[in-house]
Amino acid sequence: MLIDFFFTLRKYGLKTSITELLDLLNALKQQVIFADTDAFYQLARLCLVKDETQYDKFDRAFAEYFQGVAQVDLAATIPPEWLIPDVLRKLTEEDKAKLQALGGLDKLLETLRERLAEQQKRHSGGNKWVGTGGTSPFGAYGYNPEGVRIGQQGSGARRAVKVWDKREFKDLDTDTELNNRSIKLALKQLRKFARSGAETELDLHGTIQATSEQAGWLDLRFMRERHNAIKLLVFFDVGGSMDDHIEQCQKLFAAVKTEFKHLEFFYFHNCVYEGVWRDNKRRYTEQINVDDIIHTYGADYKLIFVGDATMGPYEIEYPGGSVEHYNELPGKVWLQRLLAQYPKAVWLNPQPLPWWQHYYSIGIIEQLMAKRMYGLTLDGLSAAIKVLL
Amino acid sequence: MAFVSTDNYIVSDELALAVNAAVTLEKPLLIKGEPGTGKTRLAEELAASLGTELIQWHVKSTTKAQHGLYEYDAVSRLRDSQLGSDKVHDINNYIRPGKLWQAFTAAKRPVLLIDEIDKADIEFPNDLLHELDRMAFYVHETGEQISAVDRPIVIITSNNEKELPDAFLRRCFFHYIRFPDAETLRAIVAVHYPQIQQQLLSTALEVFFELRELPGIKKKPSTSELLDWLKLLLAEDIPADVLTDKQQKGGLMPMFGALLKNEQDVALVEKLAFLAKRQGR
Repeated sequence: MLIDFFFTLRKYGLKTSITELLDLLNALKQQVIFADTDAFYQLARLCLVKDETQYDKFDRAFAEYFQGVAQVDLAATIPPEWLIPDVLRKLTEEDKAKLQALGGLDKLLETLRERLAEQQKRHSGGNKWVGTGGTSPFGAYGYNPEGVRIGQQGSGARRAVKVWDKREFKDLDTDTELNNRSIKLALKQLRKFARSGAETELDLHGTIQATSEQAGWLDLRFMRERHNAIKLLVFFDVGGSMDDHIEQCQKLFAAVKTEFKHLEFFYFHNCVYEGVWRDNKRRYTEQINVDDIIHTYGADYKLIFVGDATMGPYEIEYPGGSVEHYNELPGKVWLQRLLAQYPKAVWLNPQPLPWWQHYYSIGIIEQLMAKRMYGLTLDGLSAAIKVLL
Repeated sequence: MAFVSTDNYIVSDELALAVNAAVTLEKPLLIKGEPGTGKTRLAEELAASLGTELIQWHVKSTTKAQHGLYEYDAVSRLRDSQLGSDKVHDINNYIRPGKLWQAFTAAKRPVLLIDEIDKADIEFPNDLLHELDRMAFYVHETGEQISAVDRPIVIITSNNEKELPDAFLRRCFFHYIRFPDAETLRAIVAVHYPQIQQQLLSTALEVFFELRELPGIKKKPSTSELLDWLKLLLAEDIPADVLTDKQQKGGLMPMFGALLKNEQDVALVEKLAFLAKRQGR
């Protein structure tokens, strides 16, 4: 009985188990409800669904199974995936590999000026003119490893060397409680206990020692409870090429927030420069000097960067290479300063491992980090934690 | 017996069904919902309606599963042995039953509330799997087996701070308390403040739902906040038209402290009122 219904639910991606089906059948046998579809709907949901975010899937499955029998509100059943526009133009890895960078940054800008002068009409596609789509280094929504982006909302293939349109990025949401249980369990390995706080725990060795000293007259000794003494500085890359990995990063962020007491987090864009910020809404007004961070937080802090390290090589290696402002010192100087102060450091990269070799900048960062770059996966996280401890 | 709305607690049909199913099938009922939607009140009202004892276990970040079973106070025993007390010969004097033990051995089938289970360590629900399933546990110190005479009615609440393990969820019934609609809310208010004027109530609910719909609000006010607010409005004898008067106190409603619990939200409401005022001119 209800076997088909059970399989319909599983078809819609509900992780319903046999135990739960048996519960439902038992409830029906006990006559908790009587021949009433609405009540059956509620009872089935009560027994089979264990998370309010799954209610929607259940409603859809229920509607399919009881076509014409149940009156289920279908208005709110559009899956969120449908609402995410697939605006990115996907090129194959082969295509990407074929595309070679054209000259240096100065040459690019110069060429752009020339082409702008040369070109009179609106243009789309092709591989030379400034416009949309296409593989020319200039324009928007196209793809070239060192392209220059002009007036584009959101990043298409995200490799522009200069962004002209300033974009506001969303803060990573601390409240999001996605499926981060596994991440939390992985983070549990990152523990170094130290005793702090009030003396509430019985100190067994101390007590034995003190009692012996008093010739067997009991002398209780207490000590402080053990707490996780790990201190973390986390730097998150936001915006631009990180748009693809936002969900993964949110999971990590939410997990990290609840697991560690001594935690400071900062945002940066692409590469760390002299200023980072804590609040994306005030990123231009409330920048924090990296030097101040180095002076504020002791060397016992551990350093975690989260970023895809996917950018133009200039952004790391040259003064003025930043896509957002003029930086007097190249990004790598700031990275090296941070690494000098905090020897325990890792870089977590949400970019899938096989793609790393296709981005020159990932290689540079990996070298700066002395090979301590790991994928933002459970395995990567575990490996990174071993290095941090 | 069936659990229904009482004189001082309004329960939706869905929730009543969930509670009744859990009571009949002797399964723990996991309740989630926005803070302030009466999750904890449910257990209190259920116990009252069944005329039985409510055993409350408030979970904190330091709570361990063992605390709910029993604790062996070895230190007291050691000290008593030094002082030559007679109590020391019986280990039972030093075993302190926890909330689960109390619930298992209660004379009448009690209601056990495990409040805010998500506050505890991530392993906490897993450690309770067996005990909640079999409704029995073993006391190692005395070799005693404690099993439930009557399986207690277990209500578990969660605020969604941590995700609960699948194995634990499979053993529970789950119900998500939806935020009540205007009509249910009216009934809830009527239960608490029967003498409230209809006009004041309509206006207050309007202001309240408007506030909940506000984009970007950090902490949405919920039922318990609405009730507190109405209590203040009644105590101060504030007439209905004052509620809609946007000119007041920079656009904030009177006694806003009961509804807005976050200074950023207060600033947000002030800013919106200011913008609305400027557009109006």
